[in-house]
Amino acid sequence: MNKALEESIPTFNKKDTGGDDVSLSGGLAALGSAGGARTRLEIAVIILVAVIIIGGAELILTVMEVPQYILPTPSQIATALVTEWPFIWPHLLVTLFELFVGFAIGASIGFILAAVITQFPFVEKVVTPYILLLVTTPMLALVPLLILRFGFGSEPRIIAVALASGPMVMINSATGFRRTDLAKIALARSFGANTLQIFTKIRIPMAMPMIIVGLMVGSIFGLLTTVGAEMVGGAEGLGNRLTYYSSLIRMPQFFAIILLLAAIGISIYVFFFWFGKKWASWEA
Amino acid sequence: MQATATDSKTGGRSKLSVSGATKIYQTKTGTVHALEDVSVDVREGEFLCIIGPSGCGKTTLLWSMAGLHPLTRGRIAIDGDPITKPHPQIAMIFQDANLLPWRNLEKNIELPFELKGTKPDRERIDRLLDRVGLVGFGNKHPRELSGGMQQRASIVRSLAVDPSVLLMDEPFGALDAFTRDEMNLLIQEIWMETGKTIAFVTHSIPEAIFLADRIVVMSARPGRIASIYEVDIPRPRPVSIQTEPDFIARVMEIKTRIDSQRGQEFDHSAVA
Repeated sequence: MNKALEESIPTFNKKDTGGDDVSLSGGLAALGSAGGARTRLEIAVIILVAVIIIGGAELILTVMEVPQYILPTPSQIATALVTEWPFIWPHLLVTLFELFVGFAIGASIGFILAAVITQFPFVEKVVTPYILLLVTTPMLALVPLLILRFGFGSEPRIIAVALASGPMVMINSATGFRRTDLAKIALARSFGANTLQIFTKIRIPMAMPMIIVGLMVGSIFGLLTTVGAEMVGGAEGLGNRLTYYSSLIRMPQFFAIILLLAAIGISIYVFFFWFGKKWASWEA
Repeated sequence: MQATATDSKTGGRSKLSVSGATKIYQTKTGTVHALEDVSVDVREGEFLCIIGPSGCGKTTLLWSMAGLHPLTRGRIAIDGDPITKPHPQIAMIFQDANLLPWRNLEKNIELPFELKGTKPDRERIDRLLDRVGLVGFGNKHPRELSGGMQQRASIVRSLAVDPSVLLMDEPFGALDAFTRDEMNLLIQEIWMETGKTIAFVTHSIPEAIFLADRIVVMSARPGRIASIYEVDIPRPRPVSIQTEPDFIARVMEIKTRIDSQRGQEFDHSAVA
């Protein structure tokens, strides 16, 4: 009886199966709660589910004799990925290059703008509506215009990516920088901190959880814009391959590209999740 | 009518002198007259408590002493040297410890050194950590520690740079009664060991009597010094002293002073 009672009482001192008591700010926590496989059992089950889904799809598509041009089987997609790899990877590099450069430019400008603007409430109030306009307008819509101006190279796409990710980074970072804790700033000042030190030692760390949310959302927006822009025009990039393969009804190759895009997206997520754990885990 | 405090009786060189301190500032809702002609000398090695109802400007006074915000009129000086910005000989201890949550304890304590661009005095830090019973917690983050432990860490952080003056702004206000007693004992011991000059803001009368050599009683809006009360209880003072009739009589006396002050205030508002 005692034993049964014990079992019915939750044990608070036991380390939670959730592992680390690390969750980030509201935004990151929301993003994080979607993933977060932690124990071996959870990982094993996730892999098992994948095996069941992939194996099941393979089986059903084969048994039902679904034509390849409607839906290729997982094995056909995998084969296509391997055999087409020599033709695909240059496009992968183009996409990654555009994403990286565009995001780096957009995120840097967004971050600096947020840091500067939040120091001047008046300027912030004036600028914010325009930033919101940039956030809410799909930058993809500008790509045809940018192509007219910059041609079919990487430039219009890089610009579009910067325009898509920059405002995201800016608006989230600004939220972070607005969280001023006067006591912490006073603390630093009481030990003789100058303005730059207050910025680097207090304001940036305090804004970090929101900055990371901005970077994560911004980079995902950047990926969307990169692929979309490549589909609009030009002859390079994974987005271009999507239109190319679908126009030829080469569905295994088409799905292989989608697989790659999913892998990029997941990598971005995992990177920023790790980054957040390292630099913003203090915020419960 | 004018509450200027002149320190006469016991000797002691003036360490931190406040003269004619007046502070008026603007907020969104209007003008706040936080301090009006406050003059007091904190003597070398003295434990001075500042007490008064909320809104009496005691925190404003302390932050001005720390050089954290300028006075509208008047002058604050340490060893005759006017304070216009934070002074290296003055360290502040804040409400709720005010540790940086993204840094572990060690990094929190090293912050002052980092800001001054000097190497942390490891030996001194370790000795202080040992003194307050925080050895082995260096890699813990503030959220992993109790409120009392956090405030101990913040005391170490302030003492690590070896200031001659400690300004404490209701440091134990958020702690439970037992932890508070413990911290009061600790701060009394540290004060007796180090001989620092301490100005300590509190709204707890027993805490003020327990700790102080002198208590500055302030009145509200605008903040003035209503009276100065000498506490001649011998040290070290044990926690149990707080239940003795003499101690309770002192609490009642100061309470009466504060109440009469507030009474006057109400009269004024009734007339106006």
